[in-house]
Amino acid sequence: MNEHTSTSRRDFLLAGFATAAAVGCSDSTNPFTPEMAVAPSGEKVKLLSVTGEIIEVDKAFLKPVPDVPQLSNAEERKGIPGKKFVMVIDLARCKNLRKCQSACNHMHRVHSGQNWIKVLSMQDGEHTAPYWQPTTCMHCDEPPCVKVCPVDATFKRQDGLVLIDSDRCIGCRFCMAACPYSTRVFNWGDPGVTADVADQHYSCETSMPQKKGTVGKCDFCPDMTRRNELPHCVSACPNGVFFFGDMNEDSVSNGAETFRFSDLIKDKAGYRLMEDLGTKPSVYYLPPVNRNFPYESGL
Amino acid sequence: MENITTLTSEQITKDLMPQQFGRNGKIWVAILVLICLIGAYAYYLQLKDGLIVTNMRDYVSWGIYISNFVFFVAISLVGSLITAVFRLANVEWSTPLTRIAEIIAVSAITFASLIIIVDMGRPERLLNLFAYGRIQSPIMWDVIVITTYLFISILLLYIPLLPDLKIMGEQDTKGPKWLKKFYRFLGSFWKGNPAQEKISNKSITILCILIIPVAFCIHTVTSWLFATTYRPGWDSTNFGAYFISGAFLVGAGAVVTAMFVVRKMYSLEKYITEEHFDKMGKIVVLLALLYLYFNVNEYLVPAFKMKKAEEGHLDELFTGQFAPLFWFAILVGMVIPILVLVTKKGRKPLPMFITGIMVVVGAWFKRYLIVTPTLLHPFLPMTNVPENFKHYFPSWEEWAIALGSLSGALLIITFFVRIFPIIPIQETITQQNEKATS
Ligand code: SF4
Ligand code: SF4
Repeated sequence: MNEHTSTSRRDFLLAGFATAAAVGCSDSTNPFTPEMAVAPSGEKVKLLSVTGEIIEVDKAFLKPVPDVPQLSNAEERKGIPGKKFVMVIDLARCKNLRKCQSACNHMHRVHSGQNWIKVLSMQDGEHTAPYWQPTTCMHCDEPPCVKVCPVDATFKRQDGLVLIDSDRCIGCRFCMAACPYSTRVFNWGDPGVTADVADQHYSCETSMPQKKGTVGKCDFCPDMTRRNELPHCVSACPNGVFFFGDMNEDSVSNGAETFRFSDLIKDKAGYRLMEDLGTKPSVYYLPPVNRNFPYESGL
Repeated sequence: MENITTLTSEQITKDLMPQQFGRNGKIWVAILVLICLIGAYAYYLQLKDGLIVTNMRDYVSWGIYISNFVFFVAISLVGSLITAVFRLANVEWSTPLTRIAEIIAVSAITFASLIIIVDMGRPERLLNLFAYGRIQSPIMWDVIVITTYLFISILLLYIPLLPDLKIMGEQDTKGPKWLKKFYRFLGSFWKGNPAQEKISNKSITILCILIIPVAFCIHTVTSWLFATTYRPGWDSTNFGAYFISGAFLVGAGAVVTAMFVVRKMYSLEKYITEEHFDKMGKIVVLLALLYLYFNVNEYLVPAFKMKKAEEGHLDELFTGQFAPLFWFAILVGMVIPILVLVTKKGRKPLPMFITGIMVVVGAWFKRYLIVTPTLLHPFLPMTNVPENFKHYFPSWEEWAIALGSLSGALLIITFFVRIFPIIPIQETITQQNEKATS
């Protein structure tokens, strides 16, 4: 009986969970270890094995697919090989609609009242023109936040992204003090995510679910990028303010238009924020000249 | 210390024995315990609901927990000053003060470590510091030096205590039995023979030498928690020295205050003399001048240039919402103590006591001013944030926890004074014998 159980379990694994097993998660709670001996019910179900054969399994051995992480933590920390992500924000097109913000908040289940994208009302000097500046995490190449994190909970990947491991963060908030762009937010209380999300494995690539007592910030949506899609803010903006792309391919796109990154920066005199601090941001801004909208329209 | 030379060893031992608390002592302990309990309850609430119970928010992400931490680290530095620096420099008059200084150091550094855990969003992940620790983070430096400092301080408290423990164990006082047992448990291996004394003296000297760089490290590293960021008001190369000078000042202030209280409670006028107050007074003046000097550097130089990022911050301090506190800290914490203590009359015990308290209170608010106003002046403007992000005033839970930690530190000191001789008995006897023979 025992023997029988373990064999059919193995078959079952082959069939149903082959793909999930291939992920090879290093988590200690292995979803495949039987918690208890299951008695066969006699009722069979048909399944397709990886080799294409149709096999039968006792219904009692079926378990709902447990929540296994799509990628291992080690893989999420490494990044997507061969990429170097970059964002270009065209200030001439922004009228403070904050569609980027609401899309981001919605897709990442950001705690209400907090924002990962902030649209700032800027005025550099007394007589200079005001403008709207969407601000994300700059994914600095010399990230001060990463330098100060004592436990490597915030880290820099080879594709340029700076991400957070909320399962490791101790909540010291040193990174918040260190980030000159004030981009980081903290889950002071319960982050208030719905139960379906709250029970998921935390993924550094989706930054979900947010956890109490840890930091959060814009992650450049690497889960979307892996699927060759644009980050949520980029596709949400009706004015095409955000361009996202790969520095190695030298191209950026806002969904509707695609530019050669180097040309765009050269033609429009792109710049980065607080260049003097030496943080080397991955976000470039195009100056608010020849604007599509007057500043006042965003008030 | 002419008057001590006339005392016999028996007399000294009797005088310096710890005594039971009187009524005042009991009330004092009861109040401290009460405050601690309220603090513990507030911390329970914080554990339950998260840091949301504080008034820290995304801009002011560090509040009075951190300033309290800096305060504790600062005050703990005095142990190394009085014990180590004076001992190495052969300053004999400081003998009766060493143990006071050392227990202040130990209790302060203990609570510094506790309060930093209180500030963590996920205290249960503390061990991540060891599992995943990265040495490049100033927090790790702090963890390392604070632990080292705590151990050296405990040893510096303990080793000179050994001969006294022997005396205490042998005395037939009325005290409870367990206390005797406790003394013997702590020091039974101490025979007081020359070989042991030699080892003890040697180790004390080694520890004294060791503790000075470690003490400098703890406060320098603590200042670097701020100075390694870009923020206006923190981004300063002056910070290490600025913090250390401030630390010596507040520590000396604390010692003066404790000296006064202990002397009054135990009637130790023969041991802690007016001369001690006079000398400590001069030291406080020196340290306050030094700290004032660093303050001038810290504020005047940026104020001369008024860089854009600094401007809002400095305006707020000099004339804005933090101005009353800022000038209070400067005047009460430095200028007035200097003015009082330069006069001979000012260095009498009572005025010294009052200025000691002023220095400590001023220093506490100074730490608050170092942490909070800076965070309210980020580089990029705060647009579209809830109103309570733009201000910070600690919630009752924060006050309760901060005050609870201060009371906790005072409790440790109080119990220590109750159980152990706060003035080294053996050393006083030896010193007096040396005087008598010379
Ligand atoms: S913008 Fe701030 S959070 Fe983002 S990488 Fe730079 S320092 Fe880190
Ligand atoms: S709050 Fe978390 S991510 Fe930030 S420095 Fe501390 S441990 Fe690292």
